[in-house]
Amino acid sequence: MRSADYVVKRILFAIVTVFVAITLNFVLFRAVPGDAVSALRCRNCTVAFKEIQRRELGLDKSKWEQYRLYVTHLLRGDFGRSLRTEQPVLGELWAPIANTMPMITLGTVFSIVIGILAGVISAWRRDTLLDKTGLYTALGFYSMPTQWLGLLMVFFVAGAIGFPTSGIRDPTLGILVPASAGTVIVDRLRHMALPALTLGLSLYGEYALITRSAMLETLGEDYVLTARAKGLKNLPIVWAHGFRNALLPIITLIALSLGTIIAGAITVEYVFSYPGIGLATVEAIDQRDWPVLQAIFLLLTVSVIVFNLIADLLYVKLDPRVVDQ
Amino acid sequence: MSPIPPTALNQDAAVAIPATVTSPRFRFLRSPALRKPATIGGLALLLIFVLMALLASHLEPYNPTVKSGPIYAPPSGAHLLGTDDSGADMLSLVIAGSRVSLIVGFAAALVAMIIGGAVGLLSGFFGGKTDMVLMRITDYVLVIPDIPLMIIVAALFGRRLLNIIIIIGAIYWTSTARLVRAQVKSVRERTYVKRVRAVGAGNTRLIGRHILPQVAPLLIANTVLTVAVAIFAETYITFLGLGDPSLISWGKLIENSFKGDAVLNHAWWAIVAPGVCVTLVVLACTMVGQAMEDALNPRLRVGHLSVRRFRLRSLNTGLSSE
Repeated sequence: MRSADYVVKRILFAIVTVFVAITLNFVLFRAVPGDAVSALRCRNCTVAFKEIQRRELGLDKSKWEQYRLYVTHLLRGDFGRSLRTEQPVLGELWAPIANTMPMITLGTVFSIVIGILAGVISAWRRDTLLDKTGLYTALGFYSMPTQWLGLLMVFFVAGAIGFPTSGIRDPTLGILVPASAGTVIVDRLRHMALPALTLGLSLYGEYALITRSAMLETLGEDYVLTARAKGLKNLPIVWAHGFRNALLPIITLIALSLGTIIAGAITVEYVFSYPGIGLATVEAIDQRDWPVLQAIFLLLTVSVIVFNLIADLLYVKLDPRVVDQ
Repeated sequence: MSPIPPTALNQDAAVAIPATVTSPRFRFLRSPALRKPATIGGLALLLIFVLMALLASHLEPYNPTVKSGPIYAPPSGAHLLGTDDSGADMLSLVIAGSRVSLIVGFAAALVAMIIGGAVGLLSGFFGGKTDMVLMRITDYVLVIPDIPLMIIVAALFGRRLLNIIIIIGAIYWTSTARLVRAQVKSVRERTYVKRVRAVGAGNTRLIGRHILPQVAPLLIANTVLTVAVAIFAETYITFLGLGDPSLISWGKLIENSFKGDAVLNHAWWAIVAPGVCVTLVVLACTMVGQAMEDALNPRLRVGHLSVRRFRLRSLNTGLSSE
């Protein structure tokens, strides 16, 4: 198989998967006992409003017709209207997404840097106390429920370092303190710090373990033995022969995990009342705001699919042999 | 772990095997991977928690559902782990919670094992079109993100324990299916299977008597790993308010400490205890499952603790163990 064929195949798979997700989304929300609107819990959900919603969702039409409507609306970028605010869903979700992105980027970068460093050091000092400590710390963080880690942060860390534990902006900013560009940015970063740290720590264990195991794998190869026989020092071997070659699985696995991070941030944002896509999810669950939940589900699915595709393509680029398998 | 007396194992073998050779099916029990202190520690921890769940009603010092002390009382002689926001004894709550958490963990893993095992067996054994269709389905389930799907299904279909078990099981079977399929494909080509087929054994007999027993240990090892993921998933769903409201689980206790403002009340004991339990069980399952897989298949060389989630939800990038 040529690599161009492989790329086309992966892209097609991604597109088909998006359609599978859309269909699943449709089927799940129509399979509910009663219909999506009758379960609605909100203040302005009068009987008349529910009727309007039913008509708008096309619940009075046949299932096929509903599906066709749903898909064509989606393709036009129309995700329906929030049952709670009656505003278009997509517009409602922009602000939370914009809030989430910098926070998870910060957390992810932190976890990748710390994780790779810890993994390399562990492999470099294999079977020493340092390696054991690093390994079990990584495993420990890896086994902790993220929301629990967040609560521990709020309880034990936030007080000690005086960082805010909720929201995204100091309400007194601009009243007590003048709101210059500098103070606004510092305030934003302070609010982001703890959620990002929580997310980072919960991910770091994973990356450290991946890196360590990929490193040990490459350090067992014959060319490493040759390098040792040539009399090279341990560190250059670990760095040039081990790490460079271990990067391949590390990069792919990290790319794969990136897609799931947004979903992983849901509980973190909930714990820290950080007004991002995660908090929006929790609110939508609370209110049974189906159109919003549907849109979030699609968004998260597409992000996973896109990152999977990136991982696939990256892999061909880094290791062309995969095409022949 | 003491070596198994070979005679006991070989009684059903048609050909006499020298007494020194253990049946290959059980040879993995002698692997050094199972004798590491971490594995034994994990197994012991798992046993303690299982016993705790089984004997829950005898171990609880107080009734976990009623007020037995002041609200958020710190740990003391009367309440070893303090009390929660309703004045119920935390130790009793944690013990009671082990029951639901472990039930969800094991039951969901069982669901995943059955689905994954069946898909893997059929796919690997029959190959061809069956394989293609089943593996295509597996690929799609792999890509649909687990957490959002669980949230949506739990939100839509009601907050009942059974629903949560089914949802978790129905999501985490894919890695099992792939692992089993790869194993079945290799077993199917072995000489003895071909001979049994030549003698006239049907598919059912082949799968049931000759292939399934070969694959079973690996299936169980993988299931132990899934238990950890399932317990994890339960705390996640419950924390978002989608757990069964009438049941006490560790996830529920973590949720309670958050909703009940344990932080504002400086009640660290209400936060710490349930989370430590989840972490320990997940850790224990990871250790034991990993060691079992290593012992069964040293050639996989996943030994040095590669990461469970990626094998559970790995993609067809050629990274999986096939």
